[in-house]
Amino acid sequence: MWSGRQARFRPLACGVEELRRRRREREAALRKARREQHLVSKRLLREDAEGPCAAELLREVEVQQFLRLAQSGTDEKEREKALVSLRRGLQHPETQQTFIRLEGSVRTLVGLLTSNRALLQLEAARCLHELSHSEQSAVAEACLPATSYLLTYLSGHSSDFIELCLYTLGNLIVESEAVRKQLLPQGIVPALAACIQSPYVAVLEALGYVLSQLLQAKEAPEKIIPSILDSTLPQHMLRLMQPGPKLNLGVAVEFAWCLHYITCRLTGQLGKCQRSFLGLPTQVNNAVLITHGALATLVLLLLDLAGTVQRVDDAGLELLACPVLRCLSNLLAEVPVESEGEEMQLRDERVMAALFILLQFFLQKQPSLLPEGLWLLNNLTANSPTFCTSLLSLDLLEPLLQLLPLSNVVCILVLTVLCNVAEKGPAYCQRLWPGPLLSCVLNTLTLSDTEVVGQSLELLQLLFLYQPEAIQDFLQQSGLQALEQHQEEAQLRDRIRALQQTAIHA
Amino acid sequence: MGMCSGTSTCKTCLLRCPRLRRSPWNVCGLSRDASFPRVPEFTCQVAGCCQVFAALEDYQHHYHMLHANTCSLCSRAFPSGHLLDIHILEWHDSLFQILAQRQDMYQCLVEGCLEKFKTSQDRKDHMVRFHLYPADFRFDKPKTSRGPAMPVAADLLARALQDDGAAMEVCSEPTALPPCTRTYNHRIPSTVCFGQGATRGFKSSKKKNKHH
Repeated sequence: MWSGRQARFRPLACGVEELRRRRREREAALRKARREQHLVSKRLLREDAEGPCAAELLREVEVQQFLRLAQSGTDEKEREKALVSLRRGLQHPETQQTFIRLEGSVRTLVGLLTSNRALLQLEAARCLHELSHSEQSAVAEACLPATSYLLTYLSGHSSDFIELCLYTLGNLIVESEAVRKQLLPQGIVPALAACIQSPYVAVLEALGYVLSQLLQAKEAPEKIIPSILDSTLPQHMLRLMQPGPKLNLGVAVEFAWCLHYITCRLTGQLGKCQRSFLGLPTQVNNAVLITHGALATLVLLLLDLAGTVQRVDDAGLELLACPVLRCLSNLLAEVPVESEGEEMQLRDERVMAALFILLQFFLQKQPSLLPEGLWLLNNLTANSPTFCTSLLSLDLLEPLLQLLPLSNVVCILVLTVLCNVAEKGPAYCQRLWPGPLLSCVLNTLTLSDTEVVGQSLELLQLLFLYQPEAIQDFLQQSGLQALEQHQEEAQLRDRIRALQQTAIHA
Repeated sequence: MGMCSGTSTCKTCLLRCPRLRRSPWNVCGLSRDASFPRVPEFTCQVAGCCQVFAALEDYQHHYHMLHANTCSLCSRAFPSGHLLDIHILEWHDSLFQILAQRQDMYQCLVEGCLEKFKTSQDRKDHMVRFHLYPADFRFDKPKTSRGPAMPVAADLLARALQDDGAAMEVCSEPTALPPCTRTYNHRIPSTVCFGQGATRGFKSSKKKNKHH
């Protein structure tokens, strides 16, 4: 029978195929928006003054020359120039290979990184940054001798330098497990916990980048997330996501994504550019986050976002909306909505209103985010009569029905939400019919997607159970004929027969 | 990564494209542009330092790296306050020396690690084995009574840098030290004496030898 009631981020009939199909559809939508891509891609900082990458290929002897000059030249300016030339050359992947194959090259670079000449240090760090951008893990691993220094410099005072070190570390983390294996015992987590107290926005964004790459590593759930949860990082992340005059959008986006990676365990062996956001929520992680006030912060942020999209036409807002919605959905899957105490905010009717404001915003600006919002709606309504009541009393049924024709994914989610409402009993079904709902559901029956039809059948079943008067209307609108189209379908046969019986005997 | 400061999102494609070039040193980038009006060159204000700069950011970086966390007693510069504090404790605090004879006082340099050790060598072994730090980590030099603070097994690199006027750690021979470099960053007020006075840290080679 209807098994979808407890659906959290799990699809209803938990067939692996359905799971995969849904995931594929969602990821296609996401890839379309290219939101995921930027989050696992590397960051490259280059001075604008240089223009597009016109790096010439340097020969081995030239690389050697520049290194030697940088290390032991007599004139300060000459040394700096040599390093700049080397750095420019290192924009080219082949030169990177040449460089790392030269004996003592990285050692020299590390020596310059730790020298007493500030400008040489800066240029050496920039060289390392270029190397970190390589897609060859061998190049990343060649930078291993520098990591202890990069970490040490995170507790310095020069914000530009710290930012550079952070992005370099982040890039290296993406590329190589060997680097991650070294960085953890070297104390990257305490270093980040100290660094996150910096007042500089650029530093905080860079730190968010590093953290998000660490959290997306395949070994993160066992090796990385526990130590992050043990540190002061979660409370600082939440502090930086508090809505208010000091909220910086770029920073909040980074840490919202970090929070999301913590709340959901990454499933499957997916490639770097295809992270599944549909992990199964882990109870341990979420309990810790909830004690730090994650739910409260996220709800406030949701309300703030809804307010902002109405006032401001800033298209960057959905970058924050996406992770916030996912985090909330995942956290709610572990927390009973109707519980006492701190989860009071969740009973707030404004959450429902805010969510619908965001759904309207997505409809106009970013339709690929509709499933995200609808998942949250599902998780809110699944176990909470209060939220179902809000939905009805705020007259949100019509806007919800308007979303049905948009796509199969959206359709299924809307139907699921309607099932959540319907299963709360007769009082709720009386608000669903009479009304436009029945004809909308009959329309969905004409579609060919099995899952859509299946969910429609579930809804009809509940409606007929609690509101038998609807059956007449169903028959008058040629409901039986609509059912007949699908009666050969193996997955639907039983339910169709049951419905036909109910309708005929009414 | 954005086209403008503030958020990091590209306004045209609504996402943070990794290919966007951005200068984190916004002013620095500008100031390197030949057409941008330049300030006349200026020197570092710290007594004894004669570095010249044409851009404020260069000076800022220089100051932070070389003067912000510098020991006022021996002029060694450190990248962070944390390392400077440990240095002062271990090199210039007589009370530390006394306590170290009885209990483990050498703390691990990695922030967040609470381990302490009897000798600096034990500490180094811990950092190499447990924290995977390089054995020649520059900010963990053992105290030497004379000569530049470099490990004996110095390689070509170390010697080359020595020629440069050496490492961040300035040579600690008392005769070579210009008196004016002690004017900044007094961590231990000169009026406070541990025993026979703070300058004892330089002159007493006997005590230093004990802690190798």
